[in-house]
Amino acid sequence: MDIKLKIWRQKNASTKGRFEDYDLKDVSPEMSFLEMLDYLNKQLIEGGKEPVTFEHDCREGICGTCGLYINGRPHGPLTHTTTCELHMREFKDGETIIVEPWRSKAFPIIKDLAVDRSAFDKIMHAGGFINVDTGSSKEANAIPINKKIADRAFDAAVCIGCGACVAACKNSSAMLFVAAKVSQYAMLPQGKVEAADRVQRMVEKMDELGFGYCSNTYACEFDCPKGISVEFIAQMNREFISAKMCSHKNH
Amino acid sequence: MKQSTLKLSSLSHKFILALAGLFLMLFLSTHLLTNLLMLTGDSSAFDQAVEFLSTNPIIKVVEYVLFAAFIIHIIFGVIVWLNNNKARPVKYYVASGSETSYFSKFMIHTGLIIFVFLVIHLVNFYFVKLGLVAVPEYASDSHDFYAMAVVLFKEPLYSLIYVVCFIFLGFHLKHAFQSAFQTLGLNHDKYFPAIKVISTIYALVISIGFSIIPVYFYFFH
Repeated sequence: MDIKLKIWRQKNASTKGRFEDYDLKDVSPEMSFLEMLDYLNKQLIEGGKEPVTFEHDCREGICGTCGLYINGRPHGPLTHTTTCELHMREFKDGETIIVEPWRSKAFPIIKDLAVDRSAFDKIMHAGGFINVDTGSSKEANAIPINKKIADRAFDAAVCIGCGACVAACKNSSAMLFVAAKVSQYAMLPQGKVEAADRVQRMVEKMDELGFGYCSNTYACEFDCPKGISVEFIAQMNREFISAKMCSHKNH
Repeated sequence: MKQSTLKLSSLSHKFILALAGLFLMLFLSTHLLTNLLMLTGDSSAFDQAVEFLSTNPIIKVVEYVLFAAFIIHIIFGVIVWLNNNKARPVKYYVASGSETSYFSKFMIHTGLIIFVFLVIHLVNFYFVKLGLVAVPEYASDSHDFYAMAVVLFKEPLYSLIYVVCFIFLGFHLKHAFQSAFQTLGLNHDKYFPAIKVISTIYALVISIGFSIIPVYFYFFH
């Protein structure tokens, strides 16, 4: 199949970017989207041109590194699919595919399609962890956990931190990401101890980094490659209200 | 952890916006019930309701809460909108193809239309009651809202604006009702689908309920 590509090119965060058009011939429908970009880059390098910078790592949908805004949707036209799991058979022969980076004040562009998502790391540093004693690992089944709660916590824990929620949201809100992390810990006994502090710290950091507010538009849930539910945002809202109402003044 | 009490978080802004909005929705429901009394054939039932609402001391207190709710809802709505505008300085080239709660994208726009209507509405009725605007000659006194409304509803442009504004209010409410529950953390798969249905029904009832009154007076009275 032959395709036309319109790709955002930008040298670095301080320079102005622009779209560049590429005609790519003999693309195999079996190629993944990233393999198609590899194929394009091979041709660009052979032609003495600068290859397109994009992020990738595991290429099997679990690391959260790849993230491209393809034809108006994060990770492209399929639901519950990361960019690396998207295949060229989902596009038509002769189709024009427009590829943009995640757009958010909190995710500045590094180069071309690669954005700096360290804002997510900063939110995690603010509270996305549990404090445990060092030493040998504890017996895994020492604390009984209701299976339904464990499953529910896992539904939140499947977040890969790719940033599609931010990219999809009209306000660049990171609420689904933060909610998934807050809920994951708050549901389990090990995380409950610090739940009130955690939610306040993570929300404070999220605001400080310039993410937008949640408008309950639910685009994040629709475009999350792991299908994380906005019910977790409601859960975080409950955790936050409870923390604000019940925690002591100096805590 | 220590935090300034003056600096509210994004979540706190949304909670306050949602609480004020829910109170305004409760007010709209009572306002609709009162207005529907105009359809009883004569003004007596409506006038009795106006008399009760104008003299009851509890309603007087609630009136101040209502003003506070309006002001808070408007101010916090604008704050949320301003902050959201800053979060994506460079927009996408391709418009979003994501499936979303459609009317959530236009809350500030529908809100602005409702605000303009609110000002017109206050000038036409509430300011007359306060004595800030002269009592029209066709009204017996500053509380004769029935006569004031009937004359206004006989004007095609006024009735058209009135109906159009309530259609936009319906769009606002369709998202607002269920969104307020989500913001307050009340989203659970057991009951949230029902809240979404109630949200649509509520928006339709308010929108149609208020709109039938000018339509009735314009065409059938």
